[in-house]
Amino acid sequence: MEHILTVKNLTKKFDYLTAVKDLSFTIEKGNVYGILGPNGSGKSTTLGIVLNVVNKTKGEFSWFDGAISTHEALKKVGAIIERPNFYPYMTAVQNLKLVCKIKEVPNDKIEEKLALVGLLDRKDSKFRTYSLGMKQRLAIASALLNDPEILILDEPTNGLDPQGIHQIRQIIKKIASQGTTILLASHLLDEVEKVCSHVVILRKGEKLYSGRVSDMLASHGFFELKSTQTEALINHLKGNLSFGEIKTQDGLITAFLKEDISAEDFNRSLFDKGIVLSHMVKRKESLEEQFLELTKTQSN
Amino acid sequence: MIRLLEIEFIKLWNNRASKVLIISYFILLTSIALVAAIKFDIGPIKFHLADIGIFNFPYIWHFNTFITAFFKLFLAIVIVSMMANEYSNKTIKQNLIDGLSKKEFILSKFLTVISFSVLSTVFVFIVSLILGLVYSDFDELPIIFSDLEFILAFFVKLMGFFSFCLFLGILVKRSAFALGFLIIWQIFEGIARGLMQWKLFDGATTDTIMGFFPLQSMFNLIKEPFTRLDAVQTVADQVGEKINLNYHVHWYEVLIVLAWTAIFIYLSYALLKKRDL
Repeated sequence: MEHILTVKNLTKKFDYLTAVKDLSFTIEKGNVYGILGPNGSGKSTTLGIVLNVVNKTKGEFSWFDGAISTHEALKKVGAIIERPNFYPYMTAVQNLKLVCKIKEVPNDKIEEKLALVGLLDRKDSKFRTYSLGMKQRLAIASALLNDPEILILDEPTNGLDPQGIHQIRQIIKKIASQGTTILLASHLLDEVEKVCSHVVILRKGEKLYSGRVSDMLASHGFFELKSTQTEALINHLKGNLSFGEIKTQDGLITAFLKEDISAEDFNRSLFDKGIVLSHMVKRKESLEEQFLELTKTQSN
Repeated sequence: MIRLLEIEFIKLWNNRASKVLIISYFILLTSIALVAAIKFDIGPIKFHLADIGIFNFPYIWHFNTFITAFFKLFLAIVIVSMMANEYSNKTIKQNLIDGLSKKEFILSKFLTVISFSVLSTVFVFIVSLILGLVYSDFDELPIIFSDLEFILAFFVKLMGFFSFCLFLGILVKRSAFALGFLIIWQIFEGIARGLMQWKLFDGATTDTIMGFFPLQSMFNLIKEPFTRLDAVQTVADQVGEKINLNYHVHWYEVLIVLAWTAIFIYLSYALLKKRDL
């Protein structure tokens, strides 16, 4: 597998604060990665370091297996960090022409990318007249000018209204479907869950997990059950070794699985025991629940 | 290199304020020709500036470079703000993310400084040459092309000054404060001179030491040309005063300014490299 980015033992200290602590991970071609973590967990600092705007304290990173220097590599990368930064007095097209010059790519993709983000009709308006949503979309267009090997997005929907968030997500999905590697930093878990196949989870600058979203917790999921025969149901669950923790809230019983049982088999066994369910759902923890679980166990 | 200049050109030329300042600067450079038109004709008193010899070769090289150097303040504003705006718009961060290296970034700014200096120098050379050809009493080729070291000094002076502005823009990150800093630095050099002369050294030693300060060293490159005028010297002779000044451009003065230029550009680079954006 081709490595797009390799980060090894990266550390960044700001005076007394250690923003990133001994962080290592790799980004492989073709996957969609999420960097997750609460505010201040070192996501933006990590991205800043690999993007050449923040100096590292220790450790190393290399782009494309170290074949080329960082600034040359960045020409093959598209990145948006926090707020979109452009020259306010220049129009969208002028700004993008400048980016083309920096990235050393021809100007002929400008119209195409502006169309992709839906800004073609405002291409000759000055950047300062744009709304935040439009600015963010222009930033995406700019990041795509070189048809990058990897697209890095840091909190791309921060501060946008629901419509703007929806637009940005649609664009990200479209890009992901074209096979571009994406690295998405966010504290919005449902956002990551919707688009990412892999995650790196950070807390206070330390890595808690990196790997597939589906392998994050070694969990078999849980059943949500309701029945009029609540006590019989709970007793049955407690007697069944396949179940671990059992929680009851407002008549809804949540039973966590220790091993995999199909919903069908479980339902049949209950029915045989004479317990009839009025509600039954089998599902896995959402990313949010898994994330809270992970960060909780680490903090204890 | 061309690419870096093109990048800077896009940034500058699309900014209306910079464009107006750059254009006015070059108009002002040209307008020094208008001085030639100054004529007083009040009855018996006839006065024509061109007649007192300021446009004579080779004196004109000295005079024009000295006078036009004051207009450099226009470009200083452009240069300080082109640097400081990169910080306030955070576009410097975006430039680096887009794949410009920190070295290229500084180089693109320094190339702009050099281009401004070259353009100004060429402009002053052409304007002076034309003015001289029209008004000068001497028009033999060897005389026309003597004392051309003033043109070189003019170039070095502008480049040094603009590099200083560039460094201040990076250091202070705000155009208004950076220009304020420039003024404060000028005052500081004045105070330093005063203190030295008052407490430490005699006049000559103070002058030598002051020659190593950035702004004073740039000023020293082209000495004031007025006392060199025949008319002024005649008056001085009459009142029994001997004016004995060395007008020439000295190699060590050029060297000091070049050293400052190198220091400012290197410091700008070091500062950019060290800072987290």
